[in-house]
Amino acid sequence: MSADLRPVLRSSQVLGLIAVVVAALLGGIYMLTVDRIRAAENERLLLQLRDVLPQGSFDNDIAADRIEVTAAALDGERPVVVYRARRDRQPVAAVLTVTAADGYSGPIRLLVGIGSDGRITGVRVAAHRETPGLGDRIDSRRSDWILGFDGRSLHDPSGKGWGVKKDGGVFDQFAGATITPRAVVKAVHRSLEYFEQNRDALFAVAPGGSSP
Amino acid sequence: MNSANNPFAKLARDGLWANNPGLVQLLGLCPLLATSNNVVNGFTLGMATLLVLLLSNSIVSLLRPLVRPEIRIPIYVMVIAALVTVVELLMNAYFNALYNILGIFLPIITTNCIIIGRAEAYAARNPLRLAAFDGLMMGLGFTLVLVALGAIRELLAQGTLGEGLDLLLGESFKGVHLTLIPEYHGLLLAALPPGAFIGLGLLIAGKNWIDARYRPRAAVVAPAPAAA
Repeated sequence: MSADLRPVLRSSQVLGLIAVVVAALLGGIYMLTVDRIRAAENERLLLQLRDVLPQGSFDNDIAADRIEVTAAALDGERPVVVYRARRDRQPVAAVLTVTAADGYSGPIRLLVGIGSDGRITGVRVAAHRETPGLGDRIDSRRSDWILGFDGRSLHDPSGKGWGVKKDGGVFDQFAGATITPRAVVKAVHRSLEYFEQNRDALFAVAPGGSSP
Repeated sequence: MNSANNPFAKLARDGLWANNPGLVQLLGLCPLLATSNNVVNGFTLGMATLLVLLLSNSIVSLLRPLVRPEIRIPIYVMVIAALVTVVELLMNAYFNALYNILGIFLPIITTNCIIIGRAEAYAARNPLRLAAFDGLMMGLGFTLVLVALGAIRELLAQGTLGEGLDLLLGESFKGVHLTLIPEYHGLLLAALPPGAFIGLGLLIAGKNWIDARYRPRAAVVAPAPAAA
């Protein structure tokens, strides 16, 4: 073997060795943290779900009791995850993770909790990019606006009442921001309509899901 | 006057002030501007960057005898990417809420020019102790700018300081923050990206003003640069 190949070989060995060490390190850290990350993500989801459900109203493992539905009436092509809250195996409420695609700056992800009687148990914004100080008042950390949905149903208010005040509805808009609350009101209304039409299917126990 | 003789003092001075990554080198502006909307976010990203910088400088310095110049860049990239991934996994596991707030800006520490910049410019030529100290000081300098900019923006936009401390220190700190301006409606501009640029501009101007004010005295001591 010619002498000038030797440095190349040595460099390759060093590079390969470091790659192996790095890969082993990453694998090890991943193994150490994977359970904790899963638990933390689950905990985060549970916290969000508890926010939109009456306290202590359910006793099932709600994070695991989920189905995916795809409906033009909801988010069109995108599947919507629905979590089901049950107590003694009786349906209590469903939480629909809908997206309002018509926000002012990008989609607004919502959690809409609807009780089995068709009344809203709570709505929260899970993710949004609305303007700070204007549209971000839909966030429960910024204002109480989103609590205005609690207890509402498809028929309370009825008809045109499901809109912001500017459109003849009952829900406040914000000074300088109408598009954001309008998008949220429409998305919540869509969820209620879908819930009413598909109530039984939403609570049906999926095959292979939680035991009957 | 001693700074020329004591390398540690010079590194500290460079990292924190004279060659500050945020105010002078202007490296890592993307995360700097994006995550400085409040003190807690700024501090967290600063600490994550500091940790990566400290470790990457140390490892690059340790690898000096092994690494030939032709393969140094792929090795630095591997080391830095691995360190960032480790920090990301650990933060996801132990500070999940903050991890979700910082979002994309945590993984893109990988592309923060400060890190490969310090590896190439300093750590690759200096012994472990100096390289590690350089990483620490550069990281601290970056964190200081993030926290200062975060404080200015949070104060102007919300009238508070340190909101969200519970995400960093645990539930018992929920709601603990200073409200310096009660009933404040906020300067929206400060929370938006332009506010970040303007705030950073003002910080840089402030630093230059302080430098200019004290230059006359320093110039007498420092030898004049030789004419080219």
